[in-house]
Amino acid sequence: MMSSSLVNILITDAPLDITACSQWVMTPESGGIDVFIGTVRNATKGKTVLRLEFEAYQTMAMREMEKIATAAFEQWPLQKILIHHRTGVLQVGEIPVIIAVSAAHRDAAFTACRYIIDTLKQTVPIWKKEFFEDGEVWVAAHP
Amino acid sequence: MTITILAFGVAKDIFNAPSIQLELMNDATVMSLKYTLEQEYPRLKQLSSYLIAVNNEYALPEDYIHQRDEVAIIPPVSGG
Repeated sequence: MMSSSLVNILITDAPLDITACSQWVMTPESGGIDVFIGTVRNATKGKTVLRLEFEAYQTMAMREMEKIATAAFEQWPLQKILIHHRTGVLQVGEIPVIIAVSAAHRDAAFTACRYIIDTLKQTVPIWKKEFFEDGEVWVAAHP
Repeated sequence: MTITILAFGVAKDIFNAPSIQLELMNDATVMSLKYTLEQEYPRLKQLSSYLIAVNNEYALPEDYIHQRDEVAIIPPVSGG
């Protein structure tokens, strides 16, 4: 876990806590908090998904998440950023990722939150395996 | 020099191990590493793409690899 007074980054195999995450980013100066909660969906392209497994390259993933937080602070007037990602096996409805951002005004919070989750999906070395009734596949691995 | 390559996701399945040892020339680059890897593990060529990380940073094809570097193969990421 990397936790300064302004940035809180965690990769864990324990369940994520929505309330604790949103509370951590709250400051007296905040006018709004934007929270993105990723959840495990029960289907991919019409095919039933039984569960997911997430694997992280822990040290590099932490660094890439720190870079995303730094870039967000450089682009928008934000107060606090939290990025928590889960690893291991997750069932349908469980939470693989929480992004929480606080800012004085909502525009910055909304925009930064979207930037953080979109960039995380592109650059952070974490991998998702989908388990179906008839097999399993690493997402995006093959064309 | 012998380099340990960490593998994640589908790369771990291709290597059938979380890491492998690879013998490389002393002036090996990321590009030559990928070539050597693909000779030994042709299934890597079937991936949509994959990158190499050196010391926890995405590396460029022309970057050199040194004896004690932490090298990892990064198949397409899919977190979130």
